[in-house]
Amino acid sequence: MKIGYYPGCSLLGSSREFDESVRALAPALGLELVHVPDWNCCGASSAHVLDHRLALALPARILAQAEAAGLTEILAPCAACYNRLSTARDTLEKDPALAREIEAIIEQPVTGKVRIVNILEVLDRFSDVIPGKITKPFAHKVACYYGCLLVRPPKVLKFDRAEDPRSMDRLMAAAGAAPQEWNFKTECCGAAFSVTRTDLVAKMSGKIVDNAVKHGAEAIVVACPMCQSNLDMRRPEINAHLGADHTIPVLFITQALGLAMGIDANQLGLQRHMVPAVMTPAAV
Amino acid sequence: MSRIGVFTCHCGENIGATVDCAKVAECTRNVPGVVHSVDYKYMCSDPGQTMIKEAIKEHNLTGVVVAACSPRMHEPTFRNAVEEAGLNPYLCEMANLREHCSWVHEKVDATTDKAADLIRVMVEKVKHNTPLLPIRVPVTKRALVLGGGIAGIQAALDIANAGHKVVLVEKSPSIGGHMSQLSETFPTLDCSQCILTPRMVEAARHPNITLMTYAELEKLEGFIGNFKATIRKKARQLDEKLCTGCGMCITKCPQKKIPDEFNEGLGKRSAIYVPFPQAVPNKPVIDKDNCTFYKSGKCKVCEKMCPTGAIRFDQQDELVTLDVGAIVLATGFKVMRTDKFPEYGYGKYADVIDGLQFERLASASGPTLGAMKRPSDGKAPETIVFVACSGSRDRAKGVPYCSKICCMYTAKHAMLYKHKMHHGKAYVFYMDIRSGGKDYDEFVRRAIEEDDVKYIRGRVSRIYEEDGQLIVKGADTLLGGEPVEIKADMVVLATAVQAQDGSEELAQKLHVSYDPYHFFAESHPKLKPVETNTAGIYLAGACQAPRDIPETVAQASGAAAKVACLFSRDELTREPVVAVVNRLPAPTFSYCVGCFLCQSACPYQAIEAEEIRGRDGTLIKTLAKVNAGLCQGCGTCVSTCRTKAIDIQGFSNEQIFAELMTL
Repeated sequence: MKIGYYPGCSLLGSSREFDESVRALAPALGLELVHVPDWNCCGASSAHVLDHRLALALPARILAQAEAAGLTEILAPCAACYNRLSTARDTLEKDPALAREIEAIIEQPVTGKVRIVNILEVLDRFSDVIPGKITKPFAHKVACYYGCLLVRPPKVLKFDRAEDPRSMDRLMAAAGAAPQEWNFKTECCGAAFSVTRTDLVAKMSGKIVDNAVKHGAEAIVVACPMCQSNLDMRRPEINAHLGADHTIPVLFITQALGLAMGIDANQLGLQRHMVPAVMTPAAV
Repeated sequence: MSRIGVFTCHCGENIGATVDCAKVAECTRNVPGVVHSVDYKYMCSDPGQTMIKEAIKEHNLTGVVVAACSPRMHEPTFRNAVEEAGLNPYLCEMANLREHCSWVHEKVDATTDKAADLIRVMVEKVKHNTPLLPIRVPVTKRALVLGGGIAGIQAALDIANAGHKVVLVEKSPSIGGHMSQLSETFPTLDCSQCILTPRMVEAARHPNITLMTYAELEKLEGFIGNFKATIRKKARQLDEKLCTGCGMCITKCPQKKIPDEFNEGLGKRSAIYVPFPQAVPNKPVIDKDNCTFYKSGKCKVCEKMCPTGAIRFDQQDELVTLDVGAIVLATGFKVMRTDKFPEYGYGKYADVIDGLQFERLASASGPTLGAMKRPSDGKAPETIVFVACSGSRDRAKGVPYCSKICCMYTAKHAMLYKHKMHHGKAYVFYMDIRSGGKDYDEFVRRAIEEDDVKYIRGRVSRIYEEDGQLIVKGADTLLGGEPVEIKADMVVLATAVQAQDGSEELAQKLHVSYDPYHFFAESHPKLKPVETNTAGIYLAGACQAPRDIPETVAQASGAAAKVACLFSRDELTREPVVAVVNRLPAPTFSYCVGCFLCQSACPYQAIEAEEIRGRDGTLIKTLAKVNAGLCQGCGTCVSTCRTKAIDIQGFSNEQIFAELMTL
């Protein structure tokens, strides 16, 4: 199965391990990733608060590039990219006049033929084959954390149940994990305030980490680079804020699945985490 | 030679502002066959009608065209006027200048031209109209009431008290409906059971009322005054005549852990059961899905214990056919019970319940005997939160309409809680307080001011459990959008009122319209609130829209009055707009060749076979014949007839072609 691939900037930077793990998992599932040629930044997190047209033109160009390359679907593993691309596609579809205006700006046609999918949607398609590929079950209690960008706004994304998503829980259960019922599956982690208001992020992400631990989770599984970096990289600030010493690792779903499918931890980029991800297959 | 009068109405500004009515009247005068053409501001008014009547006499008119609004409202008005002037009413037609012209076009010359065209078309039709006589049909003076809640009970009692027979059909084992589940009622806080149960008994004992509980409508045929209803009496597995209602079977039934519908799943019942102690009739039914005998073939304890030998394990459903003249639909509502609101943890946390469940908790006859105990561990909730508009007025995830009763019952719930838990804290999250109704707003103020219920204007975003408590996160939008977090022991969601399950199927069985939310549609939102679009079928209560008890009772009495009105006559007249098979002199008899394609096409089973026999009794020809009583004038037979032998009276092929050819 061939699919367009849009890594976006965070997968080439702070979340390289997400890119690595997606690319490590893909061949095992028979998924061929075709890079969107000459892609650009999607505009998150700042374009849409500054300039409406810019916020549409940036993702529109990505869509146009994909169309030109004959792609019909783009996998955007980063939740922010997924959200911005989907929103732009939806806005342009509903407002043809605006679409013509944006086309003039990017000097390329955008017909809206390309669909945007997130990593959970793509993995879900392999839900039949995944159980058969599990060689080292991820036998841990996990808290599946979806964050806010994967499911909202539901009218645009039309993905899973916005207030109580289940797709990642199903996938993790298939990988041999025990997904826990917990409270903050879709709470905001503080996102891009990581740099400017670290105190706020410590507070918001702190609640999430604390609740996951309280509900018995041994690992937090995510599908968003922003969530991962806030829960992982800001752990010292979180622990200082909570007055706790939480060592719970934060894994991308692709890393957790990859481990369960017997892929090497380093190939999945687990060594890049700030909070050591001791979920090596050996520990299972 | 036709002598047709055309009367163009301005309908105030409705037509007059867009169409030049004077000009229309003027150019209509030149249409061949028209001898009189005038315009007037309000043709439906008394002076307008008088104008028509006088013109008929003065100009010796043979036909009338009223160019005004849709015939839906005023065709009967003008046909009556025409009849009073001595002309057959079916020689009067309406050209719809309002809905078909002035309301949908701008004020340009073409609009006026179109109005003149519409009139010209109608003039052509009237030229081909023939006098028709209304069809007379007898009336069966027995009513069928579907639904045994307060709406059905009230309608049945009123019809019965007017001296007519009523069959009251209820699908559950007892009448009483949702009202029997309520604890107290707003705005007086009188006990629901205390005011309802005497009515239930009255209905059961009334000599004019036949009660059919545990029964459902299977099929309905016929038309106003002459319906034939088939009712499925579901097997109770019990000989009702022998059963004394002693309850021995219930006491001895070994299967006792079935979630109790009457207590909204908060209590348990046995497999043979009566829904509640005051049930009418007080005769048990066996729940076959949960009965040990039906599951494993062994048990029959109830049969052994029954002192009168009333248990019948082999009893089958029974189909009963009834002739009835009118039907009152009173099938009620349900409350939204989906997992549409996972953010409120509904279905996940035992202590997040809906309004109907709270009624059972607060009721003296409920699973806690009225004591405030939360479902999870029986602890008395020290803090309780009520969330209004759970699903109502929510375009994104629920229903867009206001469920109407929730503001009042939420105030009542909070008040009942405070009356039982003086030191407890009650919070209500609300959007607006909609308490229109006699003594309603005073009631809400009483909850706030006297009973110290804390009202917070804002929505709840999330409810989750932490350390055995429910954390309710919301916003107080009156104080600058401050976030609010309340640690509660129990949460009550005022979930949206929805149409009863199966409403759509029932509406289709009855040929009654329904709205997008499956509530049954009234014939006119203002002037025909208890009628449906199907003559002889009336509406009462929450099957039409969310309603409280006073409104339901008023509407039920309204529906009953309509039925009594219908039954006050011995026969009804029906519009003669029905299909007829043409008849010609012998030896042709008719163009009909007896293929009976029309019979298979007719949705109302109105086509019969008619045999033409010679004097010696030999069969000459078999023709189709329309039963005018059953025919609804839909015209399906006309379009399927290969020999053009069938026509709709008043809408014959000839008339329609004449209309088209004039354009």
